[in-house]
Amino acid sequence: MNEAASNKTRSAAPAADRSGAFRSGSLFERVYAALMNLLEWPFAALQKRTGITGMAYAFALPNLLVFGVFVALPMVLNIGYAVTGSNEMMLGQRPFVGLDNFRTLLDCGNYLSANSCAQDRFWRAVHNTALFVVVQVTAMIVLSMLTALILNGKIRGRGFFRSVFFFPVLLSPVVVALIWKWILQQDGVLNAIILGAGGTKVPFLLDPGWAFFWVIFVSIWAHMGFYTLILLAGLQAIPGDLYEAATMDGTSKMRAFWRITLPLLTPNLLVVLVLALIRAVQAFDEIYVLTGGGPGTATQFIVQYIYETAFASNVHILGLAAAASILIGIVLLALTLLQLRLSYHGKS
Amino acid sequence: MGSVATFLSARRGRARLDLSDWLAYLYLVLGVVIMFGPVLWLASSSLKTQAALQEFPPSILPSGQKLVKVEGHEAPLPLFELKRQDGTTVERALVRRIGIQGQFVDPAAPSAAIERAPIAQATPVREMRAAFENYTVPLQTLRFGRYFTNSLFVTIMATLITLIINSMCAFALSKYQFRGRNAIFIFIISTLMIPISVILVPAFLVVTSLGLSNSLWGVILPPAATPTGVFLLRQYMLTIPDELIDAARMDGASEWRVYWRIILPLTAPALAVLTIFSIMWRWNDFLWPLIVLNREEVFTLQIGLSSFQGELNTQWHYLLAMTVLTLIPVVAVFGFLQRYVTAGIASTGIK
Repeated sequence: MNEAASNKTRSAAPAADRSGAFRSGSLFERVYAALMNLLEWPFAALQKRTGITGMAYAFALPNLLVFGVFVALPMVLNIGYAVTGSNEMMLGQRPFVGLDNFRTLLDCGNYLSANSCAQDRFWRAVHNTALFVVVQVTAMIVLSMLTALILNGKIRGRGFFRSVFFFPVLLSPVVVALIWKWILQQDGVLNAIILGAGGTKVPFLLDPGWAFFWVIFVSIWAHMGFYTLILLAGLQAIPGDLYEAATMDGTSKMRAFWRITLPLLTPNLLVVLVLALIRAVQAFDEIYVLTGGGPGTATQFIVQYIYETAFASNVHILGLAAAASILIGIVLLALTLLQLRLSYHGKS
Repeated sequence: MGSVATFLSARRGRARLDLSDWLAYLYLVLGVVIMFGPVLWLASSSLKTQAALQEFPPSILPSGQKLVKVEGHEAPLPLFELKRQDGTTVERALVRRIGIQGQFVDPAAPSAAIERAPIAQATPVREMRAAFENYTVPLQTLRFGRYFTNSLFVTIMATLITLIINSMCAFALSKYQFRGRNAIFIFIISTLMIPISVILVPAFLVVTSLGLSNSLWGVILPPAATPTGVFLLRQYMLTIPDELIDAARMDGASEWRVYWRIILPLTAPALAVLTIFSIMWRWNDFLWPLIVLNREEVFTLQIGLSSFQGELNTQWHYLLAMTVLTLIPVVAVFGFLQRYVTAGIASTGIK
C-alpha cells in the first residue's frame, strides 16, 4: 500500500532521477541508442501502415508470440495428452481414451491408503505432498512471522540480520540441496557434533522419518527469508502513533500485538499464506537433489511423480503425467485466483 | 565477551536490556548460526583435500598432514612428530609402515640411517592448506568450464530477451487503448503462478517439434515471456504521465522512439528489479533445463552439478568446490544490488 504511494511520488520526481543507466553520454546509453536507432525505420514503416493505435499490437506481438507458443499452446495440448493413451510422443498418433487417464489416477479402494490405489505411486506422492504442505507452510509462517517481529524491534545491526535470514533465497535448489546433503550425510558434520556430545550417529537421509523432517527443514531454511521480508514490509507500514496511543492508554504489549499488529497485518499474512501454499504444492527440485524422493518413496512429491512418469521411466506414460498435471494445475489456479482476490482486496 | 555484551546492550532510550531483548538477540544469533553456518561450512570444506574430507570427525578449517619432499623418494612423504624413547621429540618423515612399526627418515639428512619406531609414538604434523586444485581441476578437465559458459550464455541472453519483449508488451498494455487489451492482460496475469511443472509434457513436445531440444535456446525461449515482468513493468509504466508521450508525438517522434527514448529510461528502477529477478531465475533454473538438456556438452551448471552428484562415487572435493562456484554469481549480484531486490520483493510479493 505504502509502496504504491511512494511509487507515485517517485514518478513525479524529475525524469533524470529515474533514468539510472540511461544517463546521456554514458557508454551504455551510446550502445543502447545505436542499437535502437537501427530498428527505427522498420518500425516507422510499420507505423505508416497501421497508425498509432495499431502499433500497440506490434509492441505486444513478440511477447504474445513466445507466450502463445510456449505457454498457451502447451496448456491446450496438455488436455490433448490427458485424454489420449499409448506411449506415442506425437499427439496425432495417440488414440483417444476419454477420461481413462483420470479414472486410472483416481481409481482407489480407499483414498487414505495408497496401496489400495491403481496408481499407488501417485497417491503416495499426494499423501506426502499433503503432509508436507500442512507442516511446512504452518512452520514457515510461524517462523517468518517471529523473525519479522524481532527484526522490526529496536535491534542493532538490523540490516545485517535481515540479509542473513534472506540470502538463502538467492541460492539455487541444487546448491541448497548439496549444502545440506554434505552436512547430513553419515560422516557429516552434524553426526560429528552429535558424536562429540556423546550421542550416536543418525542415518538422517536413510531413515524415512528423519528424511521427511529434513526435507521440511531445508525447504523452510531456503525460503523463509522471502516471507520474512514481505511480513517485515507490512509491519513497517503500520503507523507508529497507533502503538504510542496504545502505550499512553496503558495497553500491554501482548494486547497491542493482538489488537493492532495482527489485524493490520492480516492482508500481508494472507498473501504470504497463499504464496507459501502455491510453492509447497509444487515442491520438487531441492528435495529431488537432496533425497531423490527416497528412502523408498518417503519424500516423493507430486511434481516428481509427473516428471518421472513422463520423462525418467523407461515407458513414457505421457497421458497419466498430463492428467496429473491438470489436477495440480486446477489446485494452483484456484490458489492464484484467491491470491489475486486477496491482494486486490488488500489494496482497495 | 564482556565488551560485546556492553556493546549490544548499549541502546538509546533505556539503559538496560530486559528479558525479551535478550531472547530476541539469542534468537538472532541462533539464526545466524543456522542460516549462515552451513554456507561457511561448505566454503571451508570446498578447500579441503580429498583425504582431509574423509577424516572423521572433520576439522573446522581446511588442513591436512604436512608433506615433505625427501631426496631419494619420488612421492612427498607425510611428516610426523616422533617421540623417541629418551623423551626428545623430532620431526621425521614416514617412509613406510609395517604393522604397528614405522620406518622414519630425517628430512634434513635423507642419507642418514632409517629409524624404526612404533607408529603410536608419532603424531602427524598438520598445516593449514587450501586445496585450490578442487576448483581448477574440474574447470579444466571435467567440463565444468563448459557448464559455466553455458549457464552464463543462458542467463544473459534470456535476461535480455525478457527485458525487451516484456517491456514492449507492458508499454502496449499500459499506454494504448486497443481491443483485446484487458483480455490479454487478464490472461497473462492468470498464469502468474502456473509453474512450468503443470505444462511439462506438452511444452517439451513443442520444444522438440521446433528442433530446440538439447539446444540452449530451448532453455532460453520458453520461459522468456514472464507474466511477472509484464505485470511489474505495466504497473510502473502506468505512473508515467501521458503528457510526456503526447508532447513527444507532437514533436514528430515515432512510437518506437517514444518507447525507447521516453518510456524505457523512465522505467529504469522497475527494469533493474526485473533484471535481478531474471538473472536469479535463469542462473538457478533446474526443472526445465533438466528436461530439455540431455547431452552433457549443453548442460548448465545446475544440471551438471546435479548429475555429477548422482554418480556412483561422489567426488565430494570437486562437487563442493563447484557448488561454491555456482552460488558466487547470485550472491555477488545480491551484494551489489541488495536495495533493489528487497524493495522489489516487498512491493510486488513476487520472487
